[in-house]
Amino acid sequence: MTISTRRRLLMTLPVAGAGLAGFGCWRMLSAMQDGSFDPHAIRRDKGDALIPDFALPGLSGPDDGFDAAALSQNAKPVLVNFFASWCIPCVAEMAALREIARQIPLWGIAYKDKPEDARRFITRDGSPYERVALDRSGMTAIDWGVSGVPESFLIVPGGRIAWHGASALDETLFRREILPLANATP
Amino acid sequence: MTVPSSTGTSRHSPEPQGSRHKRRMTRKSRRLWLVLACLGCFAVATGLVLNAFSSSIVFFMAPSQVLKAPPASDRVIRLGGMVVAGSLRRSLEGQTPINQFEVTDGQAAIDVRYEGILPDLFREGQSVVALGTYRGGSAFIASEVLAKHDETYMPKEVAAALQRSGKWDPRFGKPPSSESLNSMARGATGGSNGR
Amino acid sequence: MSSFFGPEQGHYALAFACVLALTQCILPLWGAWRGQRFLLDLAPRLAFAQLLALAYSFLSLIACAVQDDFSVQNVAANSALSKPLLYKITGVWGNHEGSVLLWALILALCGGAVALLGRGLPLILKARVLAILGGVSTGFQLFCLLTSNPFARIWPAPADGQGMNPLLQDPGLAFHPPVLYTGYVGFAVPFAFAVAALIEGRVDAAWGRWVRPWAVAAWCFLTCGIAMGSWWSYYVLGWGGYWFWDPVENASLIPWLTGTALVHSAIVVEKRDALRIWTVLLAIASFSFSLSGTFLVRSGILNSVHAFANDPARGVFILGLLALVIGGSLLLFAWRAPGLAPGGIFAPVSREGGLVLNNILLCALCAVVVTGTMYPPFMQILTGRTLSVGKPFFDATTIPLALPLMVAMALGTMLPWKRGNLRPLLRRLRVAALVALMALIAGCFLLDGILPILCAAAALWVIMASLTDLAARLGLRDGLSVVRQRLPRLPRAVWGSAIAHIGVGVTVLGITGMSQARHAVVEIGIGQTIHQGALDWRLVSVRRETGANYKALVADLTVSRHGRVIATLHPSRRDFTSQHQVTTDVAIRTNLLRDLYAALGESRGSGADARYVLRLHNNPLAPWIWLGGVIMAFGGALSLADRRHRFGAPRKARDRSAHAPIVQESRS
Repeated sequence: MTISTRRRLLMTLPVAGAGLAGFGCWRMLSAMQDGSFDPHAIRRDKGDALIPDFALPGLSGPDDGFDAAALSQNAKPVLVNFFASWCIPCVAEMAALREIARQIPLWGIAYKDKPEDARRFITRDGSPYERVALDRSGMTAIDWGVSGVPESFLIVPGGRIAWHGASALDETLFRREILPLANATP
Repeated sequence: MTVPSSTGTSRHSPEPQGSRHKRRMTRKSRRLWLVLACLGCFAVATGLVLNAFSSSIVFFMAPSQVLKAPPASDRVIRLGGMVVAGSLRRSLEGQTPINQFEVTDGQAAIDVRYEGILPDLFREGQSVVALGTYRGGSAFIASEVLAKHDETYMPKEVAAALQRSGKWDPRFGKPPSSESLNSMARGATGGSNGR
Repeated sequence: MSSFFGPEQGHYALAFACVLALTQCILPLWGAWRGQRFLLDLAPRLAFAQLLALAYSFLSLIACAVQDDFSVQNVAANSALSKPLLYKITGVWGNHEGSVLLWALILALCGGAVALLGRGLPLILKARVLAILGGVSTGFQLFCLLTSNPFARIWPAPADGQGMNPLLQDPGLAFHPPVLYTGYVGFAVPFAFAVAALIEGRVDAAWGRWVRPWAVAAWCFLTCGIAMGSWWSYYVLGWGGYWFWDPVENASLIPWLTGTALVHSAIVVEKRDALRIWTVLLAIASFSFSLSGTFLVRSGILNSVHAFANDPARGVFILGLLALVIGGSLLLFAWRAPGLAPGGIFAPVSREGGLVLNNILLCALCAVVVTGTMYPPFMQILTGRTLSVGKPFFDATTIPLALPLMVAMALGTMLPWKRGNLRPLLRRLRVAALVALMALIAGCFLLDGILPILCAAAALWVIMASLTDLAARLGLRDGLSVVRQRLPRLPRAVWGSAIAHIGVGVTVLGITGMSQARHAVVEIGIGQTIHQGALDWRLVSVRRETGANYKALVADLTVSRHGRVIATLHPSRRDFTSQHQVTTDVAIRTNLLRDLYAALGESRGSGADARYVLRLHNNPLAPWIWLGGVIMAFGGALSLADRRHRFGAPRKARDRSAHAPIVQESRS
């Protein structure tokens, strides 16, 4: 009995459809597991934007704060981290930040926080930040395009945003995405 | 397949044994009928689906998204976030009870107005999804308010919105308890008031 | 007793059952391939042994819950000392781990039923069916053992469990899952028949006759399960709604639609030896949708994408299992189905033509529901926008497809096989058409909206046509003596199909009635009256009651029409202080034509000027929705009882069947 090719093709349609759906699910699942894909992640900047103009007071004293000029005049890349004492992922992020701060200068901006709360928060287990500014109104964060905390930006000399992440940092993410960019800039 | 199949043309024996050509034609036209019926039916289904998609899809929005890009006033959306602690006000219009409360995603808050009985598990400081229309300003008229029947359950969209605003990340385990969310919501709106 | 039914024993029995299931999968397949009869004979025995081991395992888990053994993690999380005994038992399957075990148990029960009732089946087919069921069982039991072990211990054991959620202590919620799971898992048997037929390379009328009762049985359970779930959400959630197009509900509706198509297309296989490949595909699809629907919901991909990330091992395992079962069977289908002899093509106007139309429409409905359910998660992953597809979408898409289905339903059952003629048929259906037309006209005055009017007319058309069909077959025209003569001879399958179709009509009438429901949310004080159409709701008094572990507020409402009291209702609101839970106890008074439905909300103020929020519904024809479901399931059960459709094959049919030579071949 000869079987027409059309017939054969027709009969493979169901398995093809199921395979496609299954493949989609598998991709989702495996990408979610290694953290490279998050269906709820928001857009990442392409890395060609300059930091907005701003000037923020320091959290512990006036010389602690910084502005756009101070950031862009750095000779080496700096990681800027927006955090808040009321944010649960920020607590979880803190341990990783302390590790990261050994490899790259880390500047913090306390977002919509009371100064005393933020101070207590970062000094509880030792502050990872070189300098900490306070954005009490949250206006600077809006200019930066922060949609929530924690968020981190890699600022290379010249004040360019080389990387923007909208989730809590950890060692693997830092090594995979941030460190190569930081090392690439002279 | 060693056994010959009992099927075949023998079953059509009651039909008048006309010319072979005519029989093949009817076989072909009958198959055509079948294919046309299938195609027609699925075309209708596709049309219905596309039409319904364009008119009745409900988008989920967080309060900050609503304020940033307000939807048309006749467009039904799902507004999700946390109920701001201490924001629930109850009043009466005639015999109809009115509930008003603020919903926040940590960045912006919108006033929600709802006629009816709030769900049993509606609590201030807990996540909620309100279905309704946005009428400009900070007025949202809800036709339905959902709070799920599980202490640890958080509506998917609310979890996503909270994650976007950094309040909670599923990778760190269960959603925070209602008490901590309470204080979080208070902190957030305190900040936005200071703006 | 505790030494006989302990968690370790249960765990061991589960592992043992898993090994037995694997053996049940491999040995009979090997035997069928090599033609070794004793291996084929082993299949039913292994199925019984596996069932025994699993039943023992399940009983052990129940024993742990009954004896409050909180060192078992599952019991500690889902049970509590003060829980009533009934809910300690039903709580066993009210959580993920326990429900997977129940699922596996029902699958083993299906295997046992095939082994027991399939005595008339050809030896090879039976062995293959049992082997495939064993293979699916192995997967589930491995899933249970490796990722969701219900017998896991915790140390130290807590003094009391945490599972005291009053919302979950409800008879509807307690007995709904087993019925629903039986429906889902029941489709494993047609699935196994389909795969066995593909391995064998032959599908014929006898196969259709064997597979149909199993499909009908699973369909009955699924119908009941869906109806129970809908009823539960109606009286527990307190919103007066009965179907919310939630992913969980859709996950049960999708296999129901393909299952309904399967039940009908199997008739064509049995009677006309056509649509064979299509029926095999439907059998595979029904079980595949049962599996993927429930497990995707459970693993969280539909409800929330996060649940997968929370327990990646579970998600990966589920996906692997699905790939193996669904992918494997569909691959087999792609390989073997083209080689199956093509079935006959038939006239559009004939019984089989009607059944084909039924299949097309049901599959279109199924496709629409699948699209609506899967669109939001896929869209979210592709574009990042969160959206939801709710009642408006499903109303706008499913009803226009359901209406022609109902019109065709009435015509199809009355058409003769092979070739029919519409004109005499329509003449016979003139009474039904007249009733439908009258309903259409009356609906224009009584009902709001075009779709409800059309639905009402279509539902009455189906009911009247089914009654006409029954009357014609009984020879009602020819006098009572003819009826008396024919009544005992009329096959139960004919009764079954007519009753099931009437059930559909009744459900649609109920849904139509509910679309006209009126409700009001009011805040009133004691002694005040609310006017709702012709009804007057009066809040007479509000009492405080104290229960075992709750304080309740009970309202006394009287409903009167034209000054005459027709009902008193007592909606209440219970406050379980120790659990920080408040539940609403809805009061429903029904007279089968309408439900009076009241829920009590918050109260404000105290003393004489205390005011209470009340939700008052007048739901016409609401009970008909579930009544129709019960009628449908009853119709299915009745056709199961038909002598021609007993499980397995009657002796005479077996002699005729073409399978006999193969059995002899294997003996030699």
